[in-house]
Amino acid sequence: MGKSKKEKLYAKKRFSLALMKKQSMLLMMSVPFLIWLIIFKYIPLWGWTMAFQEVKPATFALCMWERKFVGFDNFVKAFTDRIFAQTMINTLGISIIGLVTGTVAAVIFALFLNELCFTKFKKVTQTVSYLPHFVSWVIIASIAKMIFNDGGAVDTFFNTKLHLMSSNSPLFWWIVNIIEIWKECGWNAIIYLSAIAGIDTTLYEAAKVDGANRFQRMWHITLSSIRPTIIVLLIMNIGSALNVGMERQMLLSNSLVQDHAMVLSWFAYVRGIGSNNYGLGTAIGMFQSVVGVILLLIANKIAGMVGENKLM
Amino acid sequence: MEVGVTCRNKKDITLLKIIKKNLFNIFLAIIFFFIICITLYPFLNVLAISLNDPIDTMRSVNFIIPRKFTFSNYIYVFTQNDLLTPFLMSIARTFIGTPVSVICTAMIGYVLSRRDFYFNKLFTFLFIITMYVSGGLVPEYLLMSRTLHLNNSFLVYILPGVVWVYNIILVRAFIDGLPYALQEAAMLDGANDFKIWYKVILPLCKPVLATVALFYAVGQWNSFMDTYLYARKLPTLQYVLYEIMESAKIHIDPHAVTQTTQNAVSPMSVRMAITIIATVPILLVYPFLQKYFVGGMTIGAVKD
Repeated sequence: MGKSKKEKLYAKKRFSLALMKKQSMLLMMSVPFLIWLIIFKYIPLWGWTMAFQEVKPATFALCMWERKFVGFDNFVKAFTDRIFAQTMINTLGISIIGLVTGTVAAVIFALFLNELCFTKFKKVTQTVSYLPHFVSWVIIASIAKMIFNDGGAVDTFFNTKLHLMSSNSPLFWWIVNIIEIWKECGWNAIIYLSAIAGIDTTLYEAAKVDGANRFQRMWHITLSSIRPTIIVLLIMNIGSALNVGMERQMLLSNSLVQDHAMVLSWFAYVRGIGSNNYGLGTAIGMFQSVVGVILLLIANKIAGMVGENKLM
Repeated sequence: MEVGVTCRNKKDITLLKIIKKNLFNIFLAIIFFFIICITLYPFLNVLAISLNDPIDTMRSVNFIIPRKFTFSNYIYVFTQNDLLTPFLMSIARTFIGTPVSVICTAMIGYVLSRRDFYFNKLFTFLFIITMYVSGGLVPEYLLMSRTLHLNNSFLVYILPGVVWVYNIILVRAFIDGLPYALQEAAMLDGANDFKIWYKVILPLCKPVLATVALFYAVGQWNSFMDTYLYARKLPTLQYVLYEIMESAKIHIDPHAVTQTTQNAVSPMSVRMAITIIATVPILLVYPFLQKYFVGGMTIGAVKD
């Protein structure tokens, strides 16, 4: 009975004035948000037209048709920029390292935490591991600079000068990701832990009867059961591979590591807003977004081809 | 799960055997103890510095127990006008922004959960798309500052992020899980859709709204980029911390120092005191909402 009601609810309705009148309250409840969505989300998308125009502060006020169309000039300018190649390498380097180490760390964290048998201690560990997730990047940067700077806790611990925050090398990519893992590992493990909690316990009992030891059970049951979850999250994260946050990079870096800290979104800010070349900045943002969607679709396709769960 | 079996040893075997049998458990306990230590050490370190005499801190910064205990850093922060105002600004945006966002999210979440609503599919699609494609930094910046003129207005803290699509999905998934008969009964009683939302749905949604409220509150409290881009004249605590960190503007006024405290104040110590002040509210809230947000995250993951 209840089910058929639900089916009726999901069934497609035909447009009619009577229906609109019946649902006028729902319409009134949603229209303000629709307007908000259009203003704050879709107008910036419309702003992509600026990528094909020459837009400077003086010409911004003009209507779109009065500005000069320049075709793909902004993209060419962006790709041939002095620091574009390095920026691209940094972005990819940081996100690939982050994707691999972040996923591995969170999965291992979840696997091991699941095996931990002291319940109280397990709860405390989880609560503590969420703490850094809720702390802002400004605070994290303020702390990280103290820990990683010359003479900070890490240097003192290893009793040498490691120049972690002052060597102009890809070392900075690793520092950023270590901090990221420290901040987000416990939080990212939530999803894996809930996936693990959903595994049928009879599987473990059957494996035990068959003589599988603890590690074999972890590997063959726990890990293979959460594989679909891992794949789905990986696909989603691949989609944002080029969207390495500007905030984090800006806060953690300093002038000494600048060359290896610059990422695409920051580059868009520096060129677009810093030097007032709006068209160029928009072009970089558009490039990021479009490549992100393409990567997402490719990853999704590959996952489907090798017989894994797909996102869509 | 059955891992408990290995822990529950019989009493008659020797200690060595217990250790041997539980070697992996002990190894795990040590690992997680180590993880707790490296998670907490930085915070304890900062706390110690903020409670330590600034001159003494210059010797070395690696300690977790204050060497020369003093409250002077905190007294300094709370007696300085240009530090107190940002603190109040952070509080204001959190306490105004969060309720507004939660109510809005609950409302649109409910509408999108109503599959019989004619525009449901279209509206849901329009919202979800924005999770994958966004205009990017420059068009957004131009919209806020050149088109809408929200520069240095308090609205820039509330309006652009008033609802997060992710949170809408959380609420919608939660409402989907509620029995539909409840809404139906209210409908038969002649309640309109707004009344159903207000009287039936809202009270039942408390767990998910707690989760969403935490996310919004943390987002508001931690937000830094919007101040940096649009509202530098309305600094928040996070922004001031950034400024001190970059030493663009260090508010150390020697005159004020002698008036309020006997001790000198250093940028480092003030920075650490602000770091603690910005961290403590989060620390006080999130552990109590843990069971809600863990559940909320799980719903979101399943439905996404």
